[in-house]
Amino acid sequence: MLYREAGQFKTNYVADSAIFPLRQDRIGLGLIIIAAYALAFLGNSFLLQAVMIPFLVFSLASIGLNILTGYTGLLSLGTGAFMGVGAYACYKLMTAFPEVNVIVWIFVSGFFSAAIGALFGLPSLRIKGFYLAVATLAAQFFLQWCFIRIPWLVNYNVSGALDAPLRTLFGTPIMGPNATPQTRYLVVLTIVILLTWLASNLVHGRIGRMWIAIRDMDLAAELMGIRPLQTKLLAFAVSSYYCGVAGALLVFLWYGGAEYDVFNINQSFFILFMVIIGGLGSLIGSFFGAALIFILPIVLGIVLPAIMSPFGISVGADVIEHLRFMIVGALIIFFLIVEPHGLARLWQIGKQKLLVWPFPY
Amino acid sequence: MDILYKIFIEPFVFMGEAPDLLIQTLWEGLVSGVLYALIALGFVLIFKASGVFNFAQGIMVVFAALTLVGLYEKGVPAFLALILAVLVMLVLAVVVERVVLRPLVNQPDIILFMATFGLTYFLIGFGELIFGGNPKEMITDALFLPQGTTELDMLGGMVRFQHLDIAAAVIASIMIGLLAVFFSKTRIGRALRAVADSHKAALSVGISLNQIWVIVWFAAGIVALVAGIMWGARSGVSFSLQIIALKALPVLILGGFTSIPGAIIGGLIIGVGEKIGEFYWGPLVGGGVETWLAYVIALLFLLYRPQGLFGEKIIERI
Repeated sequence: MLYREAGQFKTNYVADSAIFPLRQDRIGLGLIIIAAYALAFLGNSFLLQAVMIPFLVFSLASIGLNILTGYTGLLSLGTGAFMGVGAYACYKLMTAFPEVNVIVWIFVSGFFSAAIGALFGLPSLRIKGFYLAVATLAAQFFLQWCFIRIPWLVNYNVSGALDAPLRTLFGTPIMGPNATPQTRYLVVLTIVILLTWLASNLVHGRIGRMWIAIRDMDLAAELMGIRPLQTKLLAFAVSSYYCGVAGALLVFLWYGGAEYDVFNINQSFFILFMVIIGGLGSLIGSFFGAALIFILPIVLGIVLPAIMSPFGISVGADVIEHLRFMIVGALIIFFLIVEPHGLARLWQIGKQKLLVWPFPY
Repeated sequence: MDILYKIFIEPFVFMGEAPDLLIQTLWEGLVSGVLYALIALGFVLIFKASGVFNFAQGIMVVFAALTLVGLYEKGVPAFLALILAVLVMLVLAVVVERVVLRPLVNQPDIILFMATFGLTYFLIGFGELIFGGNPKEMITDALFLPQGTTELDMLGGMVRFQHLDIAAAVIASIMIGLLAVFFSKTRIGRALRAVADSHKAALSVGISLNQIWVIVWFAAGIVALVAGIMWGARSGVSFSLQIIALKALPVLILGGFTSIPGAIIGGLIIGVGEKIGEFYWGPLVGGGVETWLAYVIALLFLLYRPQGLFGEKIIERI
């Protein structure tokens, strides 16, 4: 009843090309953002630390990969490594210049990741499709090898691991052992909202249209005057920027410390899952995908023992783990069969149905 | 200058000084190359016939080997276990075709690629649930695989050949030969090639796509079983074995996704290049280059031929 577009007239082009043309959508978005901030004060620290912070971090990484794979059509399996570049760059920067606020370094570390991403994006002009995916694996394995073999990256510490030093913002610790999940959640949330807003403006503007043209057919796009090399490299750079920032957030604001192994090939696949399940070429899909792929195993871990125990089947933690793998695998196939365009498409269909309800069309 | 000397002169001098070591390294490279080729072959079979980039090939290798060893541990005689493992791969092929491929027909490649990812996860969980996650020994004795080594005096040193490696190379070669005959001489093989050329044309002359898909997945399953036995005999049967599937990817792009000879030659190039690179140039940068060298070799080849060495020429039209 409330979700109707009747009476909302667009009287100029700006209103017509708005990202959220419906007033209800704008209000809904505002409510979601307010709820997300309110959660910091209402939720307990398990919810914030184990669910919400990683969910936001993975959403950011998914947005990064979605820019590359969903919008520009370049399949990449090097996401994990690009996240790693961001994390290591952030570590080097904030230990070398401790007097500068760490928020600055989180944003700057993305640029290092962007440069590396653009470098490994160079073959994309000649190589396409799955061939490119395998070429990006070169980035994944080479960079991971660098993380292991170059002790300079971790300031020659003995453990070879990244650890979050104590850093403050306005006198409150936001990083390191003293930072509460609440403050870290607020920082992550603000960064993710900021970068999502930026990404939304990028993909809806001229640059985004260039990316989409390249995705739909790069030969035709070239004939229309879009330069493929610059456009593809820009996509690689922007995508890696997002992944880099996500990597820095992952290590320093979620784990609080990590080894090179966090950025392995499985991480890359994990992010790719989120993008595909969420919906290629959709920002909101990145959030849906991250929610499903990250939160589903957690929920299964809690729900499965609860389902099994009434039947007298007491199962060990390892069996639960195996069942979790099977169910996640089966669900991925199920979702792909039911809606190959991802959860974002389901969301869209749902909104359309709501708009015309109770009539079928 | 010193670094240039170390890169361009010293390794070659070393090769000339100790030819026995060079031969040893080449041999090891060739053997692992043949085994990479065997895994790549599974990918190529499926990609040719259905256009699916089957990421699950690696886990199929593990799953096949696990089934064999697991059945043997439960008291099934070795050869019966082998036959049962083949049957399990047939069942897997039928189920995959029915449950995954048929509903996803005509979807974009990346969706099918993702579906094989889901399959990978499912098989990991399923395999661990049934056979346990612990590494297992491959039953080399029961399958009459030779063991031990032969040492030959040549070029002023000893070169060591593992009997198992020789057997692996021979069996893989026979396997590849059989597949080549199967593809070129039999009725089903011709149908497979027809499907690879064009799905629509194949359908129009009465070839059943569903049946063909079951056959190629079954063939890939058997290739996976052989690869699983060979790799398992060398390094034990465990889920870490699926990492080697990732090693098959540079082999694939080097040879081209659609070419069987490409998979073999690509496998040999990658296997030899990797071992030589690790042995002679690896120490310069601290070792461990084996993890990424294959990809860089493949990448360099790709820059010259974007469709791989033997892949079909990519023709783009608007």
